[in-house]
Amino acid sequence: MAAESAQQFEALEAQAVTLLDVFREGGYEQVAPSIIQPADILLDQIGEAIRGRTYVFTDLSGAELCLRPDLTVPVSRLYLERHPHADVEARYCYNGPAFRFQPKRASEADPREFRQAGIECFGVLDRESADAEVVLLVADAVRSAGLRDFRFRFGDIALFFALLDALSLPERWRLKLRHYFWRPPAFHALLSRLAKGEGAASAGPAAALAATLPTQDLEGAEEILASYLDANNLPLAGNRTLGEITERLLDYAADLRAEPLPREAATVIDYYLSVEASPREAIDRIAGIAQGSGIDLERGLYMLAHRLDLLEECGVNINAASFATEFGRDFEYYSGMVFQIEVGGDKGSPIAGGGRYDGLLRSVGARAEVPAVGSAIQTERLLASVKALS
Amino acid sequence: MTSKLAIAVPAKGRLKDAAGALFERAGLPLRKTGHERGYSGVMEGLDDVEVAFLSAAEIVHQLEAGRVHIGLTGEDLVRETLPDVEESVEFLRPLGFGRADVVVAVPDCWIDVTRMADLEDVAAQFARAHGRRLRVATKYLNLTRRFFARAGVTGYRIVESVGATEGTPASGTAELIVDITTTGTTLAANHLKVLEDGLILRSQAHLFAARSAAWTKRTTRLRDAILARLAEAGGKEGGD
Repeated sequence: MAAESAQQFEALEAQAVTLLDVFREGGYEQVAPSIIQPADILLDQIGEAIRGRTYVFTDLSGAELCLRPDLTVPVSRLYLERHPHADVEARYCYNGPAFRFQPKRASEADPREFRQAGIECFGVLDRESADAEVVLLVADAVRSAGLRDFRFRFGDIALFFALLDALSLPERWRLKLRHYFWRPPAFHALLSRLAKGEGAASAGPAAALAATLPTQDLEGAEEILASYLDANNLPLAGNRTLGEITERLLDYAADLRAEPLPREAATVIDYYLSVEASPREAIDRIAGIAQGSGIDLERGLYMLAHRLDLLEECGVNINAASFATEFGRDFEYYSGMVFQIEVGGDKGSPIAGGGRYDGLLRSVGARAEVPAVGSAIQTERLLASVKALS
Repeated sequence: MTSKLAIAVPAKGRLKDAAGALFERAGLPLRKTGHERGYSGVMEGLDDVEVAFLSAAEIVHQLEAGRVHIGLTGEDLVRETLPDVEESVEFLRPLGFGRADVVVAVPDCWIDVTRMADLEDVAAQFARAHGRRLRVATKYLNLTRRFFARAGVTGYRIVESVGATEGTPASGTAELIVDITTTGTTLAANHLKVLEDGLILRSQAHLFAARSAAWTKRTTRLRDAILARLAEAGGKEGGD
């Protein structure tokens, strides 16, 4: 990779000043979280796909640390340090480096060290307004930096979870689908197997035992399992509890007894996840799917429409945007609205992206869920796009 | 200097003894030069061969950098360490010793888990109950990542472990492991079982050639001579 030229450095610095000015005028306080982060907390949140691309190292005291691969988790930790009860509104902006290993060797398009400029908004209870605020401010920022022509792409993670809640499913399948949602290939394989009516459970050594367990009596089932383990010299070891093993055997037994997932439910999920259109059309189609299958998605759709209205009132051309139900499945901490800003025909390398992540603060130490939404701009890409367009 | 062939062999452990016996039988005994504790030597019977005694892991790095022409080490280390194996080294000859399977093993009290696909479900359940991902203890970071990705298992994180890996589930620092096993005795003693489809790699010691080393007519001829002698001595030696 060629060394950064003085010219490129100056252009990026000037662009950062512009972006941060917009953020600060919008009421966001500038912060600079640590570049070096504890590996544990960060890596538990971002998952193995990005962990594999994170620079992890051990310092002389033996502590496992990493160079931040992204700024959302570091800024969330900073908020919690300042407000341990997570009970106040806070708006932060930043501009700084993030680091990711590039398996195909670093290049200008995929640098291993890049600068993110972004905003994070914590504790605002009116979620739709906060969502719109973040989208609008980031759009303002890239516009101020000279990007005239760009598109929005939206998604809504909460709507998918609302769909799962509304469908009539055994609880074990709801939990399973929630988890697999973040693993698209496995999710679709599972769904197509179920839609064909093929069972999920296979015969195994645990099947015989599972069949003897009392389904309604977890404690009784645990006792049976405990004596089975004892009799077969299989000592219970490690962090996974007897209750957890029993619970899975009971799920397994339930799958043996009944159709695992109603075929109609699998089909509805499939239809839902294929929706990709302009936002208003997408809402109509999703409403149609809900109506056709007799499920109630009204509240989720209302929130989505309300958010779009707020954006439209502020001058966003919603009809030129796209909405995809599939979009936003790569960062497991997202929990609601997700969006990105795209240019040209390329949706793979967005200029900016972000979304709502209400569950993240709890997993980095808050006592309860904290409303949180944010967005980051990939500043090198922004600069390159502005140059290419002028 | 460029006319000499550099070959690296393990300096200690099981592989060292087996490698010594192998070249001995091929009529090319390795002899240390300088004092007995030194790390360089010659191959008796072939001039212009320099022998470097190194750790099995270091041999992989020397091969990648092209600082030796030929290296004797384990396939597991080569596949773990080199991002693009075929581009960096050529597999010259499997040697029939240093056999070890790299496997995924879980506590044998997990009677609800028999296959890789079960792991993703357990990961989901574990995250709900404990608020974190399953931890996999291993020294094979890359082999593990690739294998788990292919199996569609993602709800885990790796904790690096360079020794006594099989003890980590019982001590609570990991939930499962990826490690080498030869007979399975150590796993069984630690109440671990290998998943039915949990075999990542059947490894053995190989002779590798470094693609980026300085190959001249002379070094190529020396390589061929060594391979010919090994072939004559038979491929089955040390076999288990």
